[in-house]
Amino acid sequence: MDDCGEVLRELEPYLDRELSEEEWTSVQGHLEDCLDCLHVFDFHAELRMIISKKCRQDALPPGLLAKIESCFGTVDQEEAGAGETGLA
Amino acid sequence: MADRARFAEEALPLAPQLYSAAMRMTRNNADAEDLVQETYLKGYRSYATFEEGTNLRAWLFRILTNTYINSYRAKQRRPEETDLDSIEDFYLYRRIGGLEEALASRSAEDELMDLFTDDEVKQALEDLPENFRLPVLLADVEGFSYKEIAEMLDIPMGTVMSRLHRGRKAMQKALFTFAEQRGLVPPSDAAPTDEEPVTMVDNPAGEQAGARRG
Repeated sequence: MDDCGEVLRELEPYLDRELSEEEWTSVQGHLEDCLDCLHVFDFHAELRMIISKKCRQDALPPGLLAKIESCFGTVDQEEAGAGETGLA
Repeated sequence: MADRARFAEEALPLAPQLYSAAMRMTRNNADAEDLVQETYLKGYRSYATFEEGTNLRAWLFRILTNTYINSYRAKQRRPEETDLDSIEDFYLYRRIGGLEEALASRSAEDELMDLFTDDEVKQALEDLPENFRLPVLLADVEGFSYKEIAEMLDIPMGTVMSRLHRGRKAMQKALFTFAEQRGLVPPSDAAPTDEEPVTMVDNPAGEQAGARRG
């Protein structure tokens, strides 16, 4: 792939890991020769990393896991109860 | 009940990821907590339908997404979707792509990390219109494939790609606005706004860009 415009159009599927092996190799080959495009790709790869990292660091509220586990217990009891008593 | 014991063992460690995603979806703690709890409850009840050997994380995110869409989305405001298409490609790069070299005192790798706070990045995502927020969250934060996202949101893959493209541009614009507000970058009227090729961006230190990685 020689054309910068063509390579830049592949930026998103490239970062999304949605390119075929052939397409990926072609883009990669261009990036090895073209510093301008490499800079654009590096910039967006870094931005993606930042977004992912900063948007998934919320602390789990204390007690949530216990609440979930207690829900599981309730489901088990309901189903066991339904099994034993039928529709009574 | 052996299966269910296994569900608890394998699914509960994913709770922090599900909770963070629920926060980005609902944008408040109480709803996020309820949404996660409901997701686990549904998962637990229907675990028998989970196909062994498939991706439990994707399965749970699908329940999370569906539950959010069906139960929570309706009660939230629907932001305007206008103007999303007028944002040019490579919005942020055109404006701050050359900034790393300009601020040479810091390491290039840390530069973008330092520029935006955690809250700003979360806000930029959470402020996206609904139709764009979910695909961007599922792709850029959670790393799901186009196909997985298409299945979760029940939309065609082409729609996933186009919403990602437009949502990402809008998120970049929001991030740039935060940087502007804090005076970290010159105001946007000083930045290029025409449709010239992105490699023509004013980047006087461009030749050094590749050199930093040798």
